[in-house]
Amino acid sequence: MWQALREELRPKGIEVVTVALDTGGVEAAGPWIDAAEPQHPSLIDAEHRLDELLGIVNVPMGVWIDEDGMIVRPPEVAHPGTSVLRDMLVEHGIPEDAPPLLIETLREAGKFSVDPTLYADALRDWDAHALSPDEVVERSRPRPPEFSQAAAHFELGQFLWREGEADAARPHFREAHRLDPENWTYKRQAWSFEDPLQGPTEHYDGDWLSDVRAAGPGAYYALPDL
Amino acid sequence: MILKNLEVDPDELAARTGWEVKPEGACKADRCVPLPDGPLQAPELARRLGMALVADEGRGLWALGPESGGRALLSAQMPDLELPDRHGRPFSLRSLRGTRIVMVAWASW
Repeated sequence: MWQALREELRPKGIEVVTVALDTGGVEAAGPWIDAAEPQHPSLIDAEHRLDELLGIVNVPMGVWIDEDGMIVRPPEVAHPGTSVLRDMLVEHGIPEDAPPLLIETLREAGKFSVDPTLYADALRDWDAHALSPDEVVERSRPRPPEFSQAAAHFELGQFLWREGEADAARPHFREAHRLDPENWTYKRQAWSFEDPLQGPTEHYDGDWLSDVRAAGPGAYYALPDL
Repeated sequence: MILKNLEVDPDELAARTGWEVKPEGACKADRCVPLPDGPLQAPELARRLGMALVADEGRGLWALGPESGGRALLSAQMPDLELPDRHGRPFSLRSLRGTRIVMVAWASW
């Protein structure tokens, strides 16, 4: 998805680096990367390190880093000028023979206030949108002690899941969800292990559709303040 | 950061969290927090830096969360980050120094 914008930005001195937040590592993200054939660095973060280091809580989210290694825009919702899902829904509508949960999920996703051109346009005008170091820190996500606890539980959950100990991992994922309920990467990663559509299961109190409806579409994808 | 005992390896701490152990203490960005002499013990480190220390006692594991009490970013300096590509080759963001970067997180899920 970022390849086309990358071709436009690269001559202007801006490189795109994509990072897959996938506990399943190359097995989960690799086929998607192969299909996209990216010319830019395309990396895999199997430990969700970006969540902890930068405060990323959903995908897609982007961070701008200048020539000197300084962050000039903190994590915010980032679309590359298009939204594949949105375009597909506009063009084809929702397939009537899709599973009911998928239909409901797509309907809900259609309510998101996504403006896919906003972020791409800002990238084309980097200097006008680069923030001062103080603004970057101030705009980054607050981190109260319970978010640190959530991160630690999520990491234990990931470690145990990779060890094949699903029953031991789930209580840690549940604690991460309880302590940091607005962190969608913690939720969606764990839900996806049980059901690719992230629907209700016996293992978690929440699921994608219920939690997005409860939070409201504006909370799921906050428009970047550009 | 996963721990299999409560003694923290300073090199791993720096690689995972950006907190470097120096003579003046644990330092990240322009903040340094004094540490007691001797081996780095997770409970003391957690207390001083506001990091959660969560145990899975059944399996003899602990996880150290990120520092808390402020914002996710202590400073605007991008921490050193090295991640593998699809073929397992490590890539350091530092190798792009001199170039503007937009780093975008996505996922297969």
